[in-house]
Amino acid sequence: MQYKHDAQGYWKATLGLITKVLVIWFLASFGAGILFADVLNGIHLGGYPLGFWFAHQGSIYIFIALIFWYAKKMGDIDREFDVHED
Amino acid sequence: MDLQTTIYLVVGATFALYIGIAIWSRAGSTSEYYAAGGGVHPVLNGMATAADWMSAASFISMAGLISNMGYGGGLFLMGWTGGYVLLACLLAPYLRKFGKFTVPQFIGDRFYSKTASTVAVICLLVASLTYIIGQMTGVGVAFSRFLGVSKEMGVYVGMAIVFTYAVFGGMKGITYTQVAQYTVLIFAYVIPAIFISLAITGNPIPQLGLGSDINGTDVPLLTRLDQVINDLGFGKYTSQLPGSTLNMFVYTMSLMIGTAGLPHVIMRFFTVPNVAAARSSAGWALVFIAILYTTAPAVAAMARMNLHGTLNSAVGVQSDPAGGLKIDSAKVKANADVFAPEASLKYEERPDWMKRWEKTGLLKFEDKNGDGRIQYYNDKTKNEDFKKKAEAAGWKGNELNVNADIIVLANPEIALLPNWVIALVAAGGLAAALSTAAGLLMAISAAISHDLVKGVFAPNISEKGELLAGKIAMACSIIVAGYLGLNPPGFAAGTVALAFGIAASSLFPAIMMGIFSKKMNKEGAMAGMLAGLFVTLFYVFAHKGIFFIKGTEYLNLIGGANSFFGITPEAFGAVGAMVNFIVAFLVDKVTKEPPEHIQHMVENVRIPRGSKPVDGAHAH
Repeated sequence: MQYKHDAQGYWKATLGLITKVLVIWFLASFGAGILFADVLNGIHLGGYPLGFWFAHQGSIYIFIALIFWYAKKMGDIDREFDVHED
Repeated sequence: MDLQTTIYLVVGATFALYIGIAIWSRAGSTSEYYAAGGGVHPVLNGMATAADWMSAASFISMAGLISNMGYGGGLFLMGWTGGYVLLACLLAPYLRKFGKFTVPQFIGDRFYSKTASTVAVICLLVASLTYIIGQMTGVGVAFSRFLGVSKEMGVYVGMAIVFTYAVFGGMKGITYTQVAQYTVLIFAYVIPAIFISLAITGNPIPQLGLGSDINGTDVPLLTRLDQVINDLGFGKYTSQLPGSTLNMFVYTMSLMIGTAGLPHVIMRFFTVPNVAAARSSAGWALVFIAILYTTAPAVAAMARMNLHGTLNSAVGVQSDPAGGLKIDSAKVKANADVFAPEASLKYEERPDWMKRWEKTGLLKFEDKNGDGRIQYYNDKTKNEDFKKKAEAAGWKGNELNVNADIIVLANPEIALLPNWVIALVAAGGLAAALSTAAGLLMAISAAISHDLVKGVFAPNISEKGELLAGKIAMACSIIVAGYLGLNPPGFAAGTVALAFGIAASSLFPAIMMGIFSKKMNKEGAMAGMLAGLFVTLFYVFAHKGIFFIKGTEYLNLIGGANSFFGITPEAFGAVGAMVNFIVAFLVDKVTKEPPEHIQHMVENVRIPRGSKPVDGAHAH
C-alpha cells in the first residue's frame, strides 16, 4: 500500500468519516425516533410500530454498529496515512 | 432457606468478591492510581465503563419512568446511549492521545491557562457531587430495604465498602471491581426480565418479547397495552409525548452531550493502552450498556401490562395468587370492558406482593367510592367521553398510588420468582449504586489532588506525596458524599438535571473546541464555558430556586414555567451548549490566536501515532 504523509489529508479524511457517522447518528435517533416517529408508526415491524421501535430499541442497535464501523474505518485511514500506532 | 438469609448470603458473597479484587489489584504508582496503569483491555474497560455509567437510577428507576411515560421514555434510552457515539468519535481517542489523567488538565493545558483549568475543576465538582448525592441516598435505601437495617446504617456500610476498594485500589482497584459489579448487576436485571417475557409472550428474549403477540392470542403486546391504557384514560403507550416534540428533541440532545461530557465517564478512556483501543472501548461500553438499556423498555411495558391486569381482570394478563402470571386469551382478544363492576380487583383479594409494598408506603390504596375494589385509572384526563364512562361506572377518582421505583424491584415478586432471584436483584441494585459512586469519587479526588494540589498549589509535590493527597482527597470525598447521602438537601431528584446540564453546557463544548478548532483561544473557551454555565444555571434556578432553596424561584422574571419554547429545565443543557459555542466563537474572533506551540499540540493530538502511556505531568 502507498503511504501518504499528509497531516491535512489525514484530518480531512477523519472529518469526512465523522460527518458520515454523525449524519447516521442523527437520522437514527432524532430523525426516525423523534421527528418522523409519527409517520413511521404507520408501518409495523412484527408487533412494533416502527417509530416507537426506533425510539426504544432500534437507535441503540444502530449506535453500536456505528461505533464499531467508525473504529474500523478510522483504523483503515490511520494505516493509509501511515499514522497508526506500532 | 428463607428470603432474608438468602439475601444476606448473596449480597455478602458479592461484597467479599469486590474487596478480594480490590486487595489483589492495589495501586502502587500515580499512573495506576489515576489510570489503572493504562493497560486495561478494551472489553474489560467497556464493562467497567458500563458499571460506572449505570447507576442506581438506571437500574432501579429507569424502567419505572419509561413505564409511566411510554414512547416519550425513549428520550432516556436514546439520550443515555447516543452520547457514546459522540464520545467514541469526538472525544475519547483524542483525549487518550493527549495522554493525561484528568479532564481539567486537558482544558488547562490546551487553553494554556490555570484559570480555565480551575473553571473546569469547579464544573466537574458540581456535576459529580450533585450526581453522587443520589447514589448515596440510593445505597441507603437499597441496604435498608434488603438487609433490614436502618437507612443511616445502610449509608455507613456503603461508605465503608467504597472506601476499601476506592482508596486502596485507586482507578486500578475500581476498574476490576466494576467488572465484577457489572456481571452481578446485568444478571440481576436480565433474569427476571426473561422469566416475565416468557410468561407473557412465550419469547425468552425480552427485546423480542416486547414486539411479540401475547401468549395464546394473535394480539401484539404493544397493541393490547395501547388499548388497555387508552380505555383507562391514559395516552397511547406507543405515542404519548413528554410536553412537545421540540422538548423531547432538546431533552434527548442534552442527555447525549451531557453523557459525553461527564468527567467520570471520560476518565475511563484514559485507562486503555492506545488510541485504537479508546475507539473500540466506547463501542464495547455501549454493547454492555445496551444489554440493560434494550431490556428496560420490555420490563417497562410488561410490568405496566401486568400491573393493570392484576388490578383489572378485563385486561386479561394478571399475576395469579396461586403463582406466576395468568393469561385469559378470550378477554385479550375481545378487548373486554374495563368498566364492568366485577372487573376491578377486590382489595381483600390483592396479591401478597402488594401487601408487602404497602408497608413501605410506595404503594397506597384509598377506597374513594367505598365499593371495596381498587379502581386504577387516569382521573386527570381531558377526554370527556372517558369521564362520562367512568362516572357512569361509579368511579370517584383514582384509588391507587404506585411509586415508579417499584417496577424493577417488585418485578421478581410479581412473577413469583425463586428467592435467589430476588436476592440477586438486591445485590444488583447495590452493585449499580456502589460502582457509580466509586467512579464519581475517583473523578472528584483526581480533580482535587491532581488539578488543584499538584496543578495549582504545590507543583513540586513528589509522586508519593501526590498519591497520599489523592487518597486523603478520596477519603474526604467519601465522608462528604456520605454526609450528603444521610442529609440529602431535599433536592436530590432535581439535581441530576443539573449534573447533565453542567456537563453538557460547559465541559463538552470546551473539550470539543479544544480538539476540533486549532485557533480557539483561552479567552473564547473561558467565555464560552462561563456563558453556557450561567445560562443553564439561570434557567434551572428560575424553576427550582436559587441553589435549590425553596421559595427563591423567579419564574416571573423569565415569563413563566418552561418559557423558552416550552423547554423544561432538565432539557436545557443543549441550549446552554449552543450558547457556549456561539459566545466562544464570537470572543475568539476579537482576541488574539493561541500561541504556536498550542496549535502544534492540537495537531499532534489529532494523530494516533506515538500515543504514550498516560502520565500526569503538567505542561506549566
